[in-house]
Amino acid sequence: MYQGIRISGFGGQGVISAGILLAYSGMLEDKEVSFFPSYGAEMRGGTANCSVVIASDEVTTPIVSEPDTVIVLNEPSLAKFEPLVKPGGLLIVNSSLVNSKPTRKDIKVLYVPCNQIAGELGNAKIMNMVALGAFASNTGAISLDAISRALPKVYKKLKPEVIELNIKALKRGAEIKLN
Amino acid sequence: MAEKKLMKGNEALAEGAIKAGCRFFAGYPITPQNEVPEYMSWRMPAVGGAFVQAESEVSAINMIYGAAATGVRCMTSSSSPGVSLKQEGLSYCAGADLPLLIANVMRGGPGLGNIAGAQGDYWQATRGGGHGDYRTFVMAPNGVNEMANFPHKCFEVACKYRLPAMVLADGIIGQMMEPVEFTAPEVDPKNLVEPDWALGINNGRAKRIVKSYDLREGYLEKMVLERVKRYKEIEKNEIMYEEKMLEDAEIAMVAYGTSARVSVAAMKLARERGIKVGLFRPITLWPFPKNRLAELSNRIKKFLVVEMSLGQMVEDVQLSINGAAQVNLHAKPGASVMTAEEVYTTLERIVKKGAKEYAVAK
Amino acid sequence: MQLLNKRPESLVDVPMHYCPGCGHGIIHRLTAEVMDELNIRERTIGIAPVGCAVFADTYFNCDMIQGPHGRGPAEATGIKRCKPGAIVFSYQGDGDLASIGMAEIVHAAIRSENITVIFVNNAIYGMTGGQMAPTTLIGQKATTCVEGRTAKQAGYPIRMCELLATIDGSTYLERTSVHTAPGVLKTKAALKKAFQTQIDGKGFSMVEILSMCPTNWGTRLDNPSEATKYVNDDMMKVFPLGVYKGEK
Repeated sequence: MYQGIRISGFGGQGVISAGILLAYSGMLEDKEVSFFPSYGAEMRGGTANCSVVIASDEVTTPIVSEPDTVIVLNEPSLAKFEPLVKPGGLLIVNSSLVNSKPTRKDIKVLYVPCNQIAGELGNAKIMNMVALGAFASNTGAISLDAISRALPKVYKKLKPEVIELNIKALKRGAEIKLN
Repeated sequence: MAEKKLMKGNEALAEGAIKAGCRFFAGYPITPQNEVPEYMSWRMPAVGGAFVQAESEVSAINMIYGAAATGVRCMTSSSSPGVSLKQEGLSYCAGADLPLLIANVMRGGPGLGNIAGAQGDYWQATRGGGHGDYRTFVMAPNGVNEMANFPHKCFEVACKYRLPAMVLADGIIGQMMEPVEFTAPEVDPKNLVEPDWALGINNGRAKRIVKSYDLREGYLEKMVLERVKRYKEIEKNEIMYEEKMLEDAEIAMVAYGTSARVSVAAMKLARERGIKVGLFRPITLWPFPKNRLAELSNRIKKFLVVEMSLGQMVEDVQLSINGAAQVNLHAKPGASVMTAEEVYTTLERIVKKGAKEYAVAK
Repeated sequence: MQLLNKRPESLVDVPMHYCPGCGHGIIHRLTAEVMDELNIRERTIGIAPVGCAVFADTYFNCDMIQGPHGRGPAEATGIKRCKPGAIVFSYQGDGDLASIGMAEIVHAAIRSENITVIFVNNAIYGMTGGQMAPTTLIGQKATTCVEGRTAKQAGYPIRMCELLATIDGSTYLERTSVHTAPGVLKTKAALKKAFQTQIDGKGFSMVEILSMCPTNWGTRLDNPSEATKYVNDDMMKVFPLGVYKGEK
């Protein structure tokens, strides 16, 4: 199996940390993984994106130019990354913040109100976990269990109750399925 | 088996150097290698070493010149423009026969270029870069795992043969995260024998001098020729390369670092589509595995060099093969990464249409 | 017969290459005497510059390193951080320290590196044949300002002690000269204070020593007093002697 992912959003939405978490989770499942962030001047102006690969075979290029799945967490990211999705691939849209609608007909689109769900759970910061949950359940590329186990390894300073909250967000996200 | 960690290439490089016994680091911030000094700034004191954020790249390499002269394993790192600044100091280190590790996490050039990964410093790294007749031992990692484990080999070679060693990476390998295992032996500096040339507390022994000059007639030549003997030994003993699917190949790609990763992807595509292609990956860029390439050219009559530069390593491949086979080039300058499809298309033109490709890819 | 003085142990017994009337030989000897008296020879590492004093690595009887032009303080930093028990000095001329190596000397002082710098200021490039130095006086002739330095074309001579005194990290700074016997004695005392500052772990110390370069100043070699007179009458006006930082 091979799953190339791009995640994009504002700085502070947890784009980079969600990417690292995803790669770490894949590693826990003994998959070959890579993570590649945008960096330096590319980060200025407030948007961040990253590439993650989870595969059964060795990862060749870590820059995912034709992603199987794209997660867009803010409006500008939709315009930038919708064209990249592989035909037949999945586009996960944070419908809490993205008002425009994707135009492509050859891809699957899943709307996830990430901020709304995170708000319901009482912590705006975990909106990226809602998106990851939806990604996991709709692609099967990674298990919720692996992400849950990776959480305390990646966020070493988080208190157990906050980890629990992150797992709740994952599960809420996972409930949202493609029709 | 050691525990796998998910690490950034730059951090793996820094930790790999520490594990290889490095106890002094001096550097200056430049993207995309900033994680190296950042990591060293807290890690060095934790292992009883020293870290200095220098006022410039020039100063950093000269701090290394001083540190290396005391026999301590030491390191500096930078990215392309900063490595250019270090060249004078590197030449002095080579001229004074000092072992040290320098990392170049290459970015786009020339000039300020950009901060994305590139391979445009191949000539600078393998041809010396600074002034005078000298060599640098150069290793090209293709991922985070090799970033973690190459510092050990670099220090071993640098200390054994007394010359600077370089890890030549790029922004992609420096910035990416991958699972990593530190498999190279861990070196405790306390167990290292102090070299008989190192400056320090002399306790009654004769004075020692570390220098790169000799103004007496004929003496500099002697000094250089003595060094050349060690270079020849390195060429005999320390060459490293990797081969993939070359057994039945009708065409061999030659690529290092990030472009070797893309070449693996291109190879898979091509194999699926019926082209018998393999990959030859030089791991040491100096010494370059020229004898092995010459051997391969007895059997394989077409080569395709894939590099993220205008066509630099291709000259080493041509020198190695010396006309015995056709050498093609897929070059991508300007800190862009070629895609596997692009490389495949070039392969297809060469193999299926008999084209001779020697152009910069659009 | 009584031996009143002998060659310091810290000085190798070889003829020096310096020109007649040059101050380097005196300054080498004073440094060596101080190393003997402080009993630090066996743990001292010296740095020879690029310039006339390049052969200092031969003359001093302690571990020595010779490196790139102007980078002595950076080399000293690397050495001192790796060998904190060693006494490290960087011996530099005016082109080396105040021109090409300006960044290195300033930042070594900023970091208060626990090293000693011996700065020989003779207001000219000696080794390369008498070109204008950053400390060349206004009106002073050099091979790259044959009619004499003008402020309009080449700016003003730099005063390093005064400059470094503004930096919090500098601990001991003194300017002396070797153009008179009392000056020589004061220079030795200053060098001793500078090394003692380092031995005590107090941070960055530098002695700037006004010195003669009869060869490149174009003074008459058969009349050495001409050169010492130039130090006395001209250089000391622009570069006043004294302690600029630390105990007087």
